[in-house]
Amino acid sequence: MEYPQAVPLKYAINPDVCLKLTKDKCGTCEEVCPADAIDYTMTEEMLTVAAGSIILAPGFKPFDPSRFDNYQYANFPNVVTSMEFERILSATGPTMGHVTTFPKLPANPKKKKDKLLAQKRKDPKKIAWFQCVGSRDINKCDNAYCSSVCCMYAVKEAIIAKEHAGSDLDCSIFFMDMRTPGKEFEKYYENAKHKHGINFIRSRVHSVTEDPETGDLSVRYVDELGQIITETYDMIVLSVGLEISEETRDLAGKLDIDLTEGGFARTASFEPVATSRDGIYVSGVFNNPKDIPESVLDASAAASAAGDALADVRNTLTKETLPVEETNVVGDRPSIGVFICDCGSNIAGVVDCPSVTEYAANLPYVTVAEETTYACSQDAQDKMVEIIKEKGLNRIVVAACTPKTHEPLFQETLKNSGLNKYLFEMTNIRNHNSWVHKNNPDIATDKAKDLVRMAVAKAALAQPLKEEKINVNPSVMVVGGGLAGMTAARSLASQGYETHIIEKKECLGGEALKLWKTAQGEDVQKELDALIQDIASNDKIIVHTNTTLEGVDGFVGNFTSQLKTDGKTTPLEHGVAVLATGAKALEPDEYSFGRDDRIIRTLDLDKMFKESDPKLDTVKSAVFIQCVGSREPQRPYCSRVCCTHSVDNAIALKEKNPETDVFILYRDIRTYGERELLYKKAREKGVIFIRFDVENKPEVVVEKDHLKITVIDHVLNLPVTIYADLLTLAAALVPRKDERLANFFKVPLNDEGFFVEKHAKLGPAEFATDGVFIAGSAHYPKPVNEAITQGRAAASRALTLLAKKDSLFTSGNVASVDVQKCSACGVCISICPYNSPSFLAEGRFAGKADVNAVLCKGCGLCVASCRSGAIHLRGFDTNQILSQIFALDEVS
Amino acid sequence: MESKKTGSVVVIGGGISGMLSALDLANSGFYVYLVEKGPSIGGVMAQLDKTFPTNDCAM
Repeated sequence: MEYPQAVPLKYAINPDVCLKLTKDKCGTCEEVCPADAIDYTMTEEMLTVAAGSIILAPGFKPFDPSRFDNYQYANFPNVVTSMEFERILSATGPTMGHVTTFPKLPANPKKKKDKLLAQKRKDPKKIAWFQCVGSRDINKCDNAYCSSVCCMYAVKEAIIAKEHAGSDLDCSIFFMDMRTPGKEFEKYYENAKHKHGINFIRSRVHSVTEDPETGDLSVRYVDELGQIITETYDMIVLSVGLEISEETRDLAGKLDIDLTEGGFARTASFEPVATSRDGIYVSGVFNNPKDIPESVLDASAAASAAGDALADVRNTLTKETLPVEETNVVGDRPSIGVFICDCGSNIAGVVDCPSVTEYAANLPYVTVAEETTYACSQDAQDKMVEIIKEKGLNRIVVAACTPKTHEPLFQETLKNSGLNKYLFEMTNIRNHNSWVHKNNPDIATDKAKDLVRMAVAKAALAQPLKEEKINVNPSVMVVGGGLAGMTAARSLASQGYETHIIEKKECLGGEALKLWKTAQGEDVQKELDALIQDIASNDKIIVHTNTTLEGVDGFVGNFTSQLKTDGKTTPLEHGVAVLATGAKALEPDEYSFGRDDRIIRTLDLDKMFKESDPKLDTVKSAVFIQCVGSREPQRPYCSRVCCTHSVDNAIALKEKNPETDVFILYRDIRTYGERELLYKKAREKGVIFIRFDVENKPEVVVEKDHLKITVIDHVLNLPVTIYADLLTLAAALVPRKDERLANFFKVPLNDEGFFVEKHAKLGPAEFATDGVFIAGSAHYPKPVNEAITQGRAAASRALTLLAKKDSLFTSGNVASVDVQKCSACGVCISICPYNSPSFLAEGRFAGKADVNAVLCKGCGLCVASCRSGAIHLRGFDTNQILSQIFALDEVS
Repeated sequence: MESKKTGSVVVIGGGISGMLSALDLANSGFYVYLVEKGPSIGGVMAQLDKTFPTNDCAM
């Protein structure tokens, strides 16, 4: 078993070290296993399965820095990799989250040599992180690309290390460019600098030496002023990059798909999850280095791409389960069955389970109490069904692990035995008991009895609850006809759903209409035309141009939106909505923008390239200024796309005329992933990169013959003047900050005006509001391929909802109003974050509050706020909670 | 002539990306084979302590 939370939580035998398998000795595990689960005769089997599509998500392996002799990872015990440091910080790791030097020694070393080293162990006072180990490096390894994630994880590790070890821990990060181009990343970086006091040192460390006595590490580096500095650290963390393993490369070879220089799957910007071979899709780091939310987007996008190709054979191989008819137990005397789980030795190793079982059997209304080794195993579930039927049980209590993971499983078992799934109560005697009180078994046993008694008291009052069926209107509204919106619409339509695109302009295409080419060199207009043609020829897609959204009513599955076209408003009914309203380029108010037509923005330069503007032939000296309006106090985010875009255009200028002088004035070059290769190419072509600080921005003076641009050179530390005839400003991408739209769907905007997704990591293409999805730059600025990925991902997430057409139900745990008691004060209506309660408009109880079960999330806010005691939370009713509290008070 | 399509998908890799692809496909009507070479699913993300920029627990 790899770690205590592994799924499946099962042990596996490592055949390379097992004595039984290698030498036919030992065999102890077979003897002691109570479940007879050990079978030494099992061998590898070859299975052949037929499939319509394949998705490759083989991931990466962390770069192995052993071959770097200057950092001495293999020899110095206090030089660790970032992956190892991640485990050091983890509460389930080898040091249980304690940050210590010599972390790789066993906790209680047995060997004499290790014992001596262990005496030198101390809590580190100074830790250094070295960035770009195994990335952006073609001298010591062949990884020219940027791994995209290391800057952020190093900052995170430094912050968490300080949390663990105390704020006096000195953390320094040695870096080349700080790359934090993701959503909320720049703020995190700024906080690390100013709030957490983490040192950022722009330098590539030359070498590390060790003090053989203490194990301390001496670091030699050249600072920005060119001085050689030697400093001592207790620990060094190497921020290792992401690498594609040999195994994955072999797999790609067998499948005959093309790889890039860095070993990643080759994909096109307009089909960003399709490999070079039809029917094989790719997702995650194998599709270029990326972090978790992008991997999650890739995952859904690959699912959508694979699904599009197989749309006509959907639901041909899945199986339907037949529901068991529900027994009516209303009015019956409670007859409770209690199941106590040993969880192997997890619970039984501490708690006296037989004694708890015996105790439970004598509690009020308990008909039967049973102890099981693993309540969650299939045989235990089958037995549970049998007992429920045989003894005529109508309430079930399971005392085991956490309901978070296992409640649905047991509820399923109840359903299979004909019981309403809410006639179930689970109490956690593992996480809340045997794990935390493992040194006090007697007390733990008493606590287990208390917990079981409380659960039984609550279960006795449980009532069967009804889940309301939600009808899903099988049509979709996509707001925004740019790349992301069109991609989402195309995927949804190809899977058979009627899709409406709402575009306020007169044509589709959005900001992409202004782009010249992608970072991979594809002609954007050609591909965009093809996409627009696809949309136009798809009879499932209805495009509403010159149309705005005037209002939205309803909830998941049943929205009614008001569309306004040419002054006329028409309603549109739809089941789900995708918001893809994009972002636009900032109108800069600095660097003399607007005062001279030689000062333009990135998209204006794209236009010149697109139209082969003859002015481009006369450019002798071109300057790009980066971060115009981005990474500033009023806009504290990185616009993500500008570095690559400027580097790409700089190359194009050089390729047009190698004699043109091209300068890029930047703060950090953020060509993440394989975009780094463009940065490398630009330098090779002679593009000159000059870094500036935000405190010392370049100055632009408009003169008749040229633009005079002055910047402090970071190498010379002296002002340099460039006479240019073209200045391109990499203007920030700003969101539309559409508060009206946000309000229509009850979805949040962040401080800058981008939409806030459901979960920063795991829900990047959906909102917390059910049935509403997000794609494109309205979420965060992103290049073509990422906008398309998110468009596909939003479609995929929407599809999983649309596919549940006949099986989408509300939860039974919702609030309900006792109208007799309701005083119509309206507090519940104002407090509910989901707009679920409202006043009844008509009928006998008109004016009283009513809860819409479809919108209710069962949070209980209204219940607590109701001064008349009129609102009840089904399944957590006041009498149930009080009965638990009273039961706790009884002495066992 | 168009060959007959199969309504199932093989997903190779049980990390965060593979797992979610499998879930999306299964939830939209396809039979999924999720293939993982190790003894458990979860991949690298399960080994991380916390995640940026929210410092959420990775498990």
